[in-house]
Amino acid sequence: MKGFKFVPAGTKIPFIGFRYISLALSIFMLVGSAGLFFTKGLNYGIDFLGGTTIEIQTLDGPADLTQLRATVGALGLGDVQLQTFGSPNEVLIKIQAQTGGDGNAQSSIDAVKAALEISNGDQIEYRAVEVVGPTVSGELVQDSIIAVFLAIGAVLIYIWMRFEWQFSIAAVVALVHDVAITIGFFSLLQLDFNISIIAALLTIVGYSLNDTVVVFDRVREYLRKYKKMDMKELLDLSINSTLSRTILTSVTTLLALLALVLFGGEVIKGLSLAMIWGVIIGTYSSIFVASPILLALGVKRDWSKNKTSNEATNP
Amino acid sequence: MLHFSTWKTTLIALISLAGILFALPNILTDEQSQNLPSFMPSNKLHLGLDLKGGSHLLLQVQIAVIISERMEATKDDIRSSLREKKIGYTGLKVDDENVTLKLRDATQMEDAIIAIKGLSQPVTTSLLQGNSVRDIVVTQTSDTAISVTLSDEERISRVKSAVAQSIEILRRRIDELGTTEPTIQPQGDDRILVQVPGVEPDALKAIIGKTAKLTFHEVDNRTDPSGIIPSDSFVLPDIENKAQLYVLKKRPILTGENLVDAQAGFSQQNNQAIVSFKFDTAGAKKFGNYTASHVGEPFAIVLDNEVISAPRINEAIRGGSGQISGNFTVEGANELSILLRAGALPAPLDILEERSVGPSLGADSVEAGKIASIVGIVAVVLFILFSYGLFGLFANIALMINLLLIIGVLSMLQATLTLPGIAGIVLTIGMAVDANVLIFERIREEALLGKSPIAAIETGYNRALTTILDANITTFIAAVILFYLGTGPVKGFAVTLSIGIITSVFTAFVVTRLMVSIWIRRKRPKSIPI
Repeated sequence: MKGFKFVPAGTKIPFIGFRYISLALSIFMLVGSAGLFFTKGLNYGIDFLGGTTIEIQTLDGPADLTQLRATVGALGLGDVQLQTFGSPNEVLIKIQAQTGGDGNAQSSIDAVKAALEISNGDQIEYRAVEVVGPTVSGELVQDSIIAVFLAIGAVLIYIWMRFEWQFSIAAVVALVHDVAITIGFFSLLQLDFNISIIAALLTIVGYSLNDTVVVFDRVREYLRKYKKMDMKELLDLSINSTLSRTILTSVTTLLALLALVLFGGEVIKGLSLAMIWGVIIGTYSSIFVASPILLALGVKRDWSKNKTSNEATNP
Repeated sequence: MLHFSTWKTTLIALISLAGILFALPNILTDEQSQNLPSFMPSNKLHLGLDLKGGSHLLLQVQIAVIISERMEATKDDIRSSLREKKIGYTGLKVDDENVTLKLRDATQMEDAIIAIKGLSQPVTTSLLQGNSVRDIVVTQTSDTAISVTLSDEERISRVKSAVAQSIEILRRRIDELGTTEPTIQPQGDDRILVQVPGVEPDALKAIIGKTAKLTFHEVDNRTDPSGIIPSDSFVLPDIENKAQLYVLKKRPILTGENLVDAQAGFSQQNNQAIVSFKFDTAGAKKFGNYTASHVGEPFAIVLDNEVISAPRINEAIRGGSGQISGNFTVEGANELSILLRAGALPAPLDILEERSVGPSLGADSVEAGKIASIVGIVAVVLFILFSYGLFGLFANIALMINLLLIIGVLSMLQATLTLPGIAGIVLTIGMAVDANVLIFERIREEALLGKSPIAAIETGYNRALTTILDANITTFIAAVILFYLGTGPVKGFAVTLSIGIITSVFTAFVVTRLMVSIWIRRKRPKSIPI
């Protein structure tokens, strides 16, 4: 029983030759992301802004959004957003953070429940309620920022220990590139940006690095093997040798994630979408961002004279 | 690399078998798993609140209330001490977290400081058992002014004991709801995390939102609410009709601390819901004496600074039991009796965060998680089989063992499985095959270089190992950071991701290698079918 080769052996795609095009593309995406972030901003969830979400299900057929919006809007709770959530009889009500301390969010739920009781009687089931007070949301923002930077810092050190510093810089630039563009993606589509998206960002950090490390491992191996080969050629050879693996792993991961988006329900849709985007951009960046940066930084070629510091990396 | 000693093979088989054993209870019914022999593991996956349904509340003890009560008491002590020592003072008051006063005569400063310092008590902390740390700090702020504040140690110890006491009271109250496995634990310095499966948040908030401080007060007949209120009295509203006010003596006759029992019931006269209570011996005596000497006068039963009822004393009440007949509903009476039995919280609790999931959403999420996992796994398995043929089959068997190991480890550790946690498992499945892909691709490359099958496989596994380790350690670092900084469902994601990374390196690298080695020994292949 023989397997099917999705990528033929011995491809010779001149990836590095595309580096100016990919540089332009990356800069375009980065500038676009920054632009979106500063103009359109992110659609922060209540984890970061504080506030209340109430997920209801109407038991008497599809929800009448206009009526619900009018009922909840009349309560004077500030900015209130309603949207269907998964199916036409499920509605997510998002209420902005209430001023005046942690206790006021509690009274906003009571107000909504009382109003819906009057307008819809017992035809409403409360599926989920989340309230995040200002104290906690502030801490979540802080923790999340720390988490992302800590993760990037930790892998920077790890790669530095395992490879030369040029690899480390290149990997981290690719990483920051991926995280920034994923944030841009969330701004563009205005997807709910909540604490599970931070989980997705950290996983993207892990995945993107995974991909970069595989290519870099091969670069290191070829640097020892082909001492005279031109750096551009060597990078191309490394990327082409690992191309089949890159494609296969991306496909299996994307298959798993696609199943989550299609069947996993609304609650984890955002998380799954973020990771799908992360896998795509992470794969792109290890080929078109990390490797060209490595080329630009230049690596020391003569590994034989530097054996002591790199012996640990030798399998 | 392809040689496995017998003990290694046995060990690998044992680990895989243990995974299956630990995962097994999850497909059994409760009855079946209880009937398992005792040496067999019987723990099922521990589902998080987002899958099981239930309420999660993050509470904060109102420290300011604790401190201000403490400072009021200190103020009273200072007053009596200075009076006793005949030291004249003015403006004795609690100001934020300090007690401040001014002496009439600056020459008495030294005496005053000695007198106030004499009131201090040693703080017993776990770190310092000596008498060196006192509970209050006395500072002279000018020629005649003194400020008294709590020492840091006393403050910390007060907060700690308030949190511990609150947890104990909450536990008693929540146990009354008859739920299983509530989680009530301290978080940070002054917070309490409460997680109760299967309970609606409203029911939970109703019983934890009240301090439930019950006091019995003498009604002050010297004045009425609109008149001048004497300094030893205060005005409290009626619990139902807030416009009706009572003037009561501040010092309570008795407090809820003297209660030993409280039960909801019905009045025999008018069938109204009531709460009957019982005092301890000391309380019964006090109450008996008080009612004996105040026949014909009203007294007030006060809950959290609201008057529940103000009955007239018809005769001396001895025997230590009585009843509260406010305007109760049956649930109201029931709730109050629970609160009185459990005792009062040392201070009110603020709700900082609330997350609740109804049972229907939880069940839907479990269903969605199952379908997504199955679809994801089937897709990956088919794809791998298609890409690598026989070796793909090896990888798929390893993948199944991997899945069982993840479920087994999660059940064994009783780690909480959340919906994002299920996403973590599915993602792991997608990424777990990466290790095999790396190995197989490498074997293909080596075979193309003209190596013999055994040499190619040998080199393939060897060369891929560093890459696999480097790639997985980086993801692991991210998962661990997420575990330490995340909460609730996100933490569940980090848990499954970390466990999945470890098990997938084991299955992809070790288990497939064992299978390949057995295959080579049996078939002695001339070429590699990948």
